[in-house]
Amino acid sequence: MTRYLIRRILWAILLFFAVTVVSYILFFIIPSDPAKQFAGKGANAETIAAAKHYLGLDRPIYIQYFNFVKRIVVHQDLGHSWYNRESVNHIIADAAPVTASLVIGGAIFWMLLAVPIGVLSALRPRSLLDRGAMTFVLIGISAHPIWIGLIFAYLFGYRWHLTPITNYADFFNPPPGQPGGPVQWAYHLILPWMTFMILFAALYVRMIRANVIETMNEDYVRTARAKGAPESIVLRSHVLRNAMLPVVTMLGMDIGLALGGAIFTETVYSLPGLGRTSVQALNNYDIPTVMGVIVFATIIIIVFNLVVDLLYAVIDPRIRLA
Amino acid sequence: MALLEVNELKTYFRTDDGIVKAVDGVTFSVEKGKTLGIVGESGSGKSVTCLTIMGLNNRKVAISSGQALWKGNDLIQMSPKELRDIRGNEIAMIFQDPMTSLNPVHKVGQQLTEAILLHQDITKSAARARSLELLKAVGIPRAETRIDDYPHQFSGGMRQRVMIAMALVNNPDLLIADEPTTALDVTTQAQILDLMKRLQDEFGSAIIMITHDLGVVAEVADDVVVMYAARVQEEGEVRNLFQRPNHPYTWGLLGSLPRLHHEVDRLTQIHGQPPSLLFPPQGCRFHPRCSFVMPICSQTEPGLDPVTGAQGVHRVRCHLDQDTRDRESAKAVEGTLAEVS
Repeated sequence: MTRYLIRRILWAILLFFAVTVVSYILFFIIPSDPAKQFAGKGANAETIAAAKHYLGLDRPIYIQYFNFVKRIVVHQDLGHSWYNRESVNHIIADAAPVTASLVIGGAIFWMLLAVPIGVLSALRPRSLLDRGAMTFVLIGISAHPIWIGLIFAYLFGYRWHLTPITNYADFFNPPPGQPGGPVQWAYHLILPWMTFMILFAALYVRMIRANVIETMNEDYVRTARAKGAPESIVLRSHVLRNAMLPVVTMLGMDIGLALGGAIFTETVYSLPGLGRTSVQALNNYDIPTVMGVIVFATIIIIVFNLVVDLLYAVIDPRIRLA
Repeated sequence: MALLEVNELKTYFRTDDGIVKAVDGVTFSVEKGKTLGIVGESGSGKSVTCLTIMGLNNRKVAISSGQALWKGNDLIQMSPKELRDIRGNEIAMIFQDPMTSLNPVHKVGQQLTEAILLHQDITKSAARARSLELLKAVGIPRAETRIDDYPHQFSGGMRQRVMIAMALVNNPDLLIADEPTTALDVTTQAQILDLMKRLQDEFGSAIIMITHDLGVVAEVADDVVVMYAARVQEEGEVRNLFQRPNHPYTWGLLGSLPRLHHEVDRLTQIHGQPPSLLFPPQGCRFHPRCSFVMPICSQTEPGLDPVTGAQGVHRVRCHLDQDTRDRESAKAVEGTLAEVS
């Protein structure tokens, strides 16, 4: 087990480098002059050169990359934004909880929706419920989150005044003049959660339904019935216990991915999360911030993947960590 | 009164292509402590017959009629709850593929204990003790440690032993074994059959052994039923069937077995294919493949009539006259072990 962990961590480090190198290089292939932007309008050649030196852009790219990595590893410092000179660490520390609230809350809701519908559809294939669920799946997967978000915002927020349309209410420390506290936090997140969860709920309903149908046909389910077990035990202890195994791991990976930034939902509802932050930073050619989000997201995804692999070994006795 | 009496049992399946008549009027009985062998090829209806008795068919697509009298009570008419009380308790069933018949995420001991606790009101530790006892009885070495292992840690033969243990854990009066040795190699097969016979002596349960292998039938059965195309074609005591088989299909089955003392280039086959159960043949269901077919065979189905001059039970469904049948019977038996014994 320890050997497995060490090996995974080494791979993780390699992966981290691979991702950051590629991203770093990509930005330098894009034609642009951040020094000019940084120096501001009306700057002369001298100022621009000084800006370039300040930003470290006059050094060769591998020196820049090396400094970048050194700064992260030694000082845990992601640098400063080229746009507003704010510490990237702070930017991310502010944005991450917003995305986390959206994603984790959304995940809880999408599972609460997907599991019962998926299981019931599987138990009554081709029934009205099943056909309704599959239609929902089709719509959920096809409709774009931005469209869904705008429709929801219009109907629930604007037309019927049921929920607020935009904005994020901080759970702990709202800025002065802004709504805050747990209730407002949840209230402001209702529409974003609903929008975010639809796509995933649809995907998971389909996956759970397929898994349950497949598991119902397994021989060991027939054995359980032959032992005289009531359907409730057959379902819980034999069918679901096996059918949900792949779902658990997919869940871990999807959450990990989404934590990198649920861009569409955050944009529609103006939530100051990682997604919106990175889009804005891209528009401003604010490399440190974008790299900061990439680094953060990479670490999160790697960690979640590792957790998911370990979890799978725990819940499925057939898996032996090689 | 027999332990299990099956009368004109029918099971039809509703499918997109029509109604599949998987079991179309099957009658047999099983006596206490005896073994009934049900022989037939794939698709003959032997498995579905037993699944119907156990009530394990998909209720949405299967329609059953007829009677399956278990100690006088009709299983076909029972409610799901009453059936559940009998399943795994008075009647137990083991299946063909041991590799997939056990839940892979539960320990073996857990699965055995589940079988016990579903029907007996005892403590968990008492159930575990009983599970251990059964694992030892079926010959699992180091059962005390193995009881906490997962199914994937056992070989195929061991898993089948675990299945047998699981079936016997509540001392059933009837054990239905659906091709228990088909997925195992020959040596393991012999061990498992030996084990089953020994356990039958010890526990006193009756056994229904479903198989396509006549060797298995000869080894374990007291009575035999030969099924073809969802109907019984021949039935009787095992001695009668092997020494004096009376149905062309049975001759074909015996003929296809390799002989110990005769050398041949090709094994004889029964030409043709098993018939569709959506539209079974008119008249005798075997007539399209029968070498002795007569005009009457495609018109009327013969009844299951007693064989003249038989000692004990022996019935056959065939239009051929007894003399021809006796002649062909002798030919079919020639060179088999029945001749030797």
